[in-house]
Amino acid sequence: MHINTLEKRWLYVALGMIALFVGAMFYTSYSRNIHPPSHVETIDSASLHLSEEFAEDKLGVQPQPLADGRLQVKLVAARYGFYPRQIEVPAGRKIVFRLATLDVLHGVHVPMTNMSTMIVPGFVAEVTTVFPKPGEYPVLCNEYCGLGHDHMWSKLTVVAPDTWRAPTQTGVQQ
Amino acid sequence: MIDANLKKLCLYHLWLAFGAFALACVFGEFQVLERSGLLSIIQSPAVYFASVSTHGVLMGFVLTTFFIMGFGYYTAASSLNMPLWNPTLAWTSFGVCTAGTVMAAIPLLLGKASVLYTFYPPVQANAFFYIGATLLVVGSWIWAAIMLVMLVQWKKAHPGQSVPLPMFANATNCVLWLWTSVGVALEAVFQLLPWALGIVDTIDVGLARTLFAWTLHPIVYFWLIPAYIALYCYVPIAAGGKLFSDELARLAFLLILLFGLPIGFHHLYMDPEQGHEWKLLHMVGTFAVAIPTLLTGFTVVASLEMAGRKSGGKGLFGWIGALPWRNPTVLAALLSLLMLLLGGFGGIVNASYAMNAMVHNTAWVPGHFHLIFGGTVVILYLAIGYRVWPRLCGKALYSTDLALVQLWTWFIGLGVMTTPWHVLGLLGQPRRISSVNYNSVLTLAWDPYELVMIAGGLILLASAALYVYILFRTQTASSAQADAGDDAMTMAPPAAVPGWLNGFLGWNLVILALMAVSYGYPIAQFFLIKTFDPTAWGY
Repeated sequence: MHINTLEKRWLYVALGMIALFVGAMFYTSYSRNIHPPSHVETIDSASLHLSEEFAEDKLGVQPQPLADGRLQVKLVAARYGFYPRQIEVPAGRKIVFRLATLDVLHGVHVPMTNMSTMIVPGFVAEVTTVFPKPGEYPVLCNEYCGLGHDHMWSKLTVVAPDTWRAPTQTGVQQ
Repeated sequence: MIDANLKKLCLYHLWLAFGAFALACVFGEFQVLERSGLLSIIQSPAVYFASVSTHGVLMGFVLTTFFIMGFGYYTAASSLNMPLWNPTLAWTSFGVCTAGTVMAAIPLLLGKASVLYTFYPPVQANAFFYIGATLLVVGSWIWAAIMLVMLVQWKKAHPGQSVPLPMFANATNCVLWLWTSVGVALEAVFQLLPWALGIVDTIDVGLARTLFAWTLHPIVYFWLIPAYIALYCYVPIAAGGKLFSDELARLAFLLILLFGLPIGFHHLYMDPEQGHEWKLLHMVGTFAVAIPTLLTGFTVVASLEMAGRKSGGKGLFGWIGALPWRNPTVLAALLSLLMLLLGGFGGIVNASYAMNAMVHNTAWVPGHFHLIFGGTVVILYLAIGYRVWPRLCGKALYSTDLALVQLWTWFIGLGVMTTPWHVLGLLGQPRRISSVNYNSVLTLAWDPYELVMIAGGLILLASAALYVYILFRTQTASSAQADAGDDAMTMAPPAAVPGWLNGFLGWNLVILALMAVSYGYPIAQFFLIKTFDPTAWGY
């Protein structure tokens, strides 16, 4: 096959660019452990209300942080909201969201942050994030889930770390 | 060899494609209007989601499949200079595809299939929607078989000669499509249909999403390859030059075939049912498939530069002005490349493993794919229409000036519509909402952008209507025009290219290996672990 000198040079430029992008991603994903939510863990969506973890009285910000200091939040996504509908978390602290859907496919994101994951029936979605800035944020469903999809949202309040108090129990509206 | 029956076959396919396209533009304009909340009288989630589902199916499946089949017949017969193999079978394929389209359209328009063109179980549509979509795919397989038979016949009759480039690309697309459609076909036959017909009660959603991702990425290359045929074959000659490198073009098509397939998981980056190692693997392939696109950019721009310099363009950029901007084919190519540049940048953001979290399922995503699909792909379909209509009808193009206005308005409309769409995504607006009901100050910033999108949609709708008008006037003109032939299709290929650039047998084995590596375990895992499959839900 005949390749012109200019073509050859451009091919090297193209390969170099791709190597740079892919290299940057491998570097950040392995040196800083940055991965998209990929927690392959199954759950029976039809019996969440009976489960250890996602029964109604277990939801919300967990009173006890994990051993490594991360705060845990458990939410159920269901037509049409994320339950509990309001949660309050401190800024600047690592938070692990664990979410499961009761019915169909949902997605969740908090605008202006990197909190985002799909919530697939039959699976637990787990995503870790830090909210740097205090404020009131909407928690939005970003996957078509039915005719009420537009109305599927909840409220997240991020407060300064020193004014935040850990909840004393789960499953209550804050 | 273009005979009367083939002309009729091509025109039926292309009219159906462009008819679906114009209708889909009407739905599109309704959607931007509804979503903005400007007219409270048309607010309706039920109508909106039926409309979005129909718009997606018409643009993504009907326009593309019928256009690719019609143009494929034309490409094969004219570049190989042989009659169509088995015209009866070709009409059968058209009949199956049309029946499928009608069967899917009825529940869609009745609001009984508002599951979007991506299906997304466990939300369930009327069974006829799935049956219709399956028939459309089955019909297109018949087309692919006819194309490959013609390729084999030609190679037998011309041993040692290189396949003309347009047909080589067309055949690449057939092989690509056969591989691509297997994923969604498995999902339809083993999951969606038995479930929609009530034979089974539950559906493995993780498996369904994985199989759909198999199809979801390479299908865009199925759509793109006819546009690349225009860029490689029509554009250099229309600009007054010649193709910079025939062999590199073949290499680009083969790389698309190889790397386009095993990379669907960039659609599942945010999904919990696949592990991150697999997503990383597919990320590498996603970036690898940028290489043939970068090669295409180089080859096409180099061909244009040679043409511009030949017409007296001087200096670093002078050749750009010297190009025949008033030639619809050249204009479409220049606008298409410009939008590919912008859309490609957005695509790199989406493909970026972790950064994807910032834009996933926001308005950025439809903004991106409308720019790439409407901008890079469809504008070249339109240009191809302007090229082949005079030949298929035996009439002169109704008006070149109007064609230029049409192409410019399509470009401007896409710019006006997709720029605010991208911004809305960065401002956090989710895609696929029919109205904004979040009681949050953040959403106030969204309003002006939604209003601009209405204007963009209106320009696009007017442009699409003008397109159909030009084709109609061309076809119904009274004065006939002698067949001028198609020099790009009959352009002599290089004396002999290496065997690996001339056929697909060996490449299929490479694809099989790549697919086994990238999809083997991710599919098998659903049979190895205990999954909990949900029942069907309405919407």
